[in-house]
Amino acid sequence: MAKKSTMMMAVAATAAAALTLSACSSEGGRQEAAGGEGGGGEGAGTPEINVSLITHAAPGDTFWDIVRAGAEENATKNNVNLQYTSDPDGARQAQLVNQAVDQGVDGIVVTLAKADAMSGAVERAVDAGIPVISINAGEEEFADMGVITHFGQNESIAGEALGERLQEEGLEKPICVIQEQGHVGLENRCAGVTEVLPETEILYVQGTDMPSVKSTVTSSLQTSDADAIVGLGAPFTMTIIEAVEETGSDITVASFDLNAELAQAIADERVLFTVDQQPYLQGYSAVDAIWAYHRGGFTPGGGQPVLTGPAIVDGENIENVLAYAEEGIR
Amino acid sequence: MSSTTATPDTAAPPAGSGAGADERVAKRSLFRTLLGRPELGALVGAAALFVFFAIVSDVFISPAAQANVLYSASTLGIMAVGVSLLMIGGEFDLSTGVAAISSGLVASLFSWYFATNVWVGVAMALVVSLLIGFINGLIFIKTKLPSFIVTLAMFFMLAGLNLALTRLIGGSVSSPPISTMDGFELGRSIFAARIPVFGVDVNSTVFIWFGMVLVATWVLMRTRVGNWIYAVGGDAEAARAVGVPVTATKIGLFMAVGFCAWVLGMHLLFGFGTMQSGEGIGNEFFYIIAVVVGGCLLTGGYGTAIGGAIGAFIFGMSQRGIVYAGWDADWFRFFLGLMLLVATVINLTVKKRSES
Repeated sequence: MAKKSTMMMAVAATAAAALTLSACSSEGGRQEAAGGEGGGGEGAGTPEINVSLITHAAPGDTFWDIVRAGAEENATKNNVNLQYTSDPDGARQAQLVNQAVDQGVDGIVVTLAKADAMSGAVERAVDAGIPVISINAGEEEFADMGVITHFGQNESIAGEALGERLQEEGLEKPICVIQEQGHVGLENRCAGVTEVLPETEILYVQGTDMPSVKSTVTSSLQTSDADAIVGLGAPFTMTIIEAVEETGSDITVASFDLNAELAQAIADERVLFTVDQQPYLQGYSAVDAIWAYHRGGFTPGGGQPVLTGPAIVDGENIENVLAYAEEGIR
Repeated sequence: MSSTTATPDTAAPPAGSGAGADERVAKRSLFRTLLGRPELGALVGAAALFVFFAIVSDVFISPAAQANVLYSASTLGIMAVGVSLLMIGGEFDLSTGVAAISSGLVASLFSWYFATNVWVGVAMALVVSLLIGFINGLIFIKTKLPSFIVTLAMFFMLAGLNLALTRLIGGSVSSPPISTMDGFELGRSIFAARIPVFGVDVNSTVFIWFGMVLVATWVLMRTRVGNWIYAVGGDAEAARAVGVPVTATKIGLFMAVGFCAWVLGMHLLFGFGTMQSGEGIGNEFFYIIAVVVGGCLLTGGYGTAIGGAIGAFIFGMSQRGIVYAGWDADWFRFFLGLMLLVATVINLTVKKRSES
C-alpha cells in the first residue's frame, strides 16, 4: 500500500507541477468569456407556462443536445419554464409523461419512438386537457392519440433522399451502417436507401463501443465491393471516416444528421454530404406550438405532420451551416 | 480449493511438506501438465474458431484482416488483463466499462477546461482512475459487501457522473474536441498509432496489450505478489492466517483494474478525439466473458492472464469473423452466449479431470 500511495502522490505532484508551470495549450481548449448566452432576446410578455420535454434519448447522444438547444431557446423567448427528461425505455418514458400530468404542466412535448408503450400515458395527458405535441418519432401514430401535431422527419423519405443523391453521383452499392440493432427509425432510413438502390448492404455495429464500430467497418471494407458507405449518426460517421482513411479505401462517405465535426469534415471534403433533419427546429417549433396554443388556441399542421427535413448539407451550402454547427444548433 | 492445483505448476511446491515420495510433488506427464493448464480449453477453442473462419472466409486470414481482429481483441484484452487478475484474486468489477470512459473524459475535460497541455489531463486521468480502483477496493474491504454490489454501485455512480459532469463542464453530452491542442499528437502516437508490421498497419493498442499480458503473467508466475493473488482468491481467511496482506492485495487489484481502464480510456480519447459520455455501458460484461472463456474461475483462485488474452482474441475473432464471413449480425449475441457456455463447460471438465 505504501508503495502505491507514494506512486499516486508522485503522479499528483507531476500533474500539479505541470499545472503551475502553466503548460497552456497554444491552440484549442475552452475560450474564456465566450460571449453572452445565445438566443435570449426580449420576452414574449405572456404569463409563464410550464412545459415538459420528454424524449427517448439514450443518455449521452449528441443529437438531443441540439433538440434541447432549440427548445431552450424558444423557452427563453416565450417565457416558458422548460423541464427536460428522457428515458430510452418505452415504459419508463411513459412514466415520465404520467409524472408530468400529475404535476399539472401546461404542455408536453414528447417523442413517440415506442408509440405503443406511450399511447396510454399520452391519451391520459390529452384527457386531462394538456396540449401534447410530438417530435422526432411518431409521425404515423400521433393523430390517433389526440396529439395536436408532429414535428419531424419521415425517415423513409430521408433515406430515399440520400439514395437519390448517391444515384446522382453515379454510386449504386452503398453500405448502410446501423448503430443500434432493432431501432425502427434507423431501419427505416436504410430501407429508404434500399428502395432507391436495391443493392444496398446493411451493416450492424455496436454503437456503444467506438473501437468495435471502427473494426467492424474495417472488416466490411476489406470484404465488400461497395462504392459508398453511409453513417446514420454524426459521431458514427466520424469513426467510419477514420476506418475508410486507414484502410486506404476510395469509397465515398455520406451521412445522416450533423454535428460540428461532421460539418468540418464536409467542408474538408472527407464526407460528400449529409441528410440533416434539423433537430433544432423540432425542439424550437414544438415549444413554440405549445405557446401558440395557449396564446390563441392555434394548431399547426392541419392534422398532418410538419416535416423538418430532409435538408441536404454538402460542399455547396456547408459555408452557411459550419458556424451554426460549431455553435451546437445545426 | 486446494492450493496445489490452483497455483501454476511452475511455482514451487509448498515447502516443509517433507516426504520425498509425496504424490503431491510427483512429476506429472507432459499430457497431464497440458491438461492442467487453465487456458487449454480456450486455446483449443481459439484454434478451432480460427480454422473455421479461415475456411468460410478467404479474407479472414489476410494480414490486414488479422491486424483488424487483433485490434478488436486488444481493446477488449487491455481491460481483460486487469479483470483477470482481479477475478483470480476472487473479485468482480462491474464498473470497468464506464470507468474507461470516465478516464478519457477526465483527461479531455480537464485539459480543455484549463486549456493546458493534453498530458496534464492524461496525468489527472491516471490519478482519478487509480483512485476509483482504490475507492472500490476500500469500500469492499470496509463494508465486506460482495464486490459485485460495490462495483455495481460504482458503475451507476460513474455512468451518472460521466453524463452530468460532461454536460456541466463542456455544455454538451460529448467531450469538446481537443485534437488541435498541444500534446495530442504525442498521445496519439502512443495510444492510437498505426505501426507498420510486414506491410500492414497494426494499431499500437495491440503491442500495449501484449506488453500488459506479459507483465501480468510475470507478476502472477514469478513474484510474491502473484502468489498472494492466487492465495486471496482461493481462500482469503486462510491466506490471512498465513500472513498474506489480504487488504493490500485486494485494493491493489482494484487499482490495477483502474490502471487498465486508464490505458483504454486514453486509447478512446486519442483514437477518436471526442468522447461520448454515454458510452461503455455493457462492456464490463464482455471483459468478464473474455476472462471466463479464457479459463478463469468465477470463484477465484484459478486462471491466468494469458487465458484472458486468449479469451479476448476469441471474442475479437467471432466479432469480426461474422462480418468477414458475411453472416447476419443478428446472430452475434447468440454465438457469444453459446461460446460462453461451451467454454465454461470445457473448463469445468478439464479442471475436474486434472484434479482426479
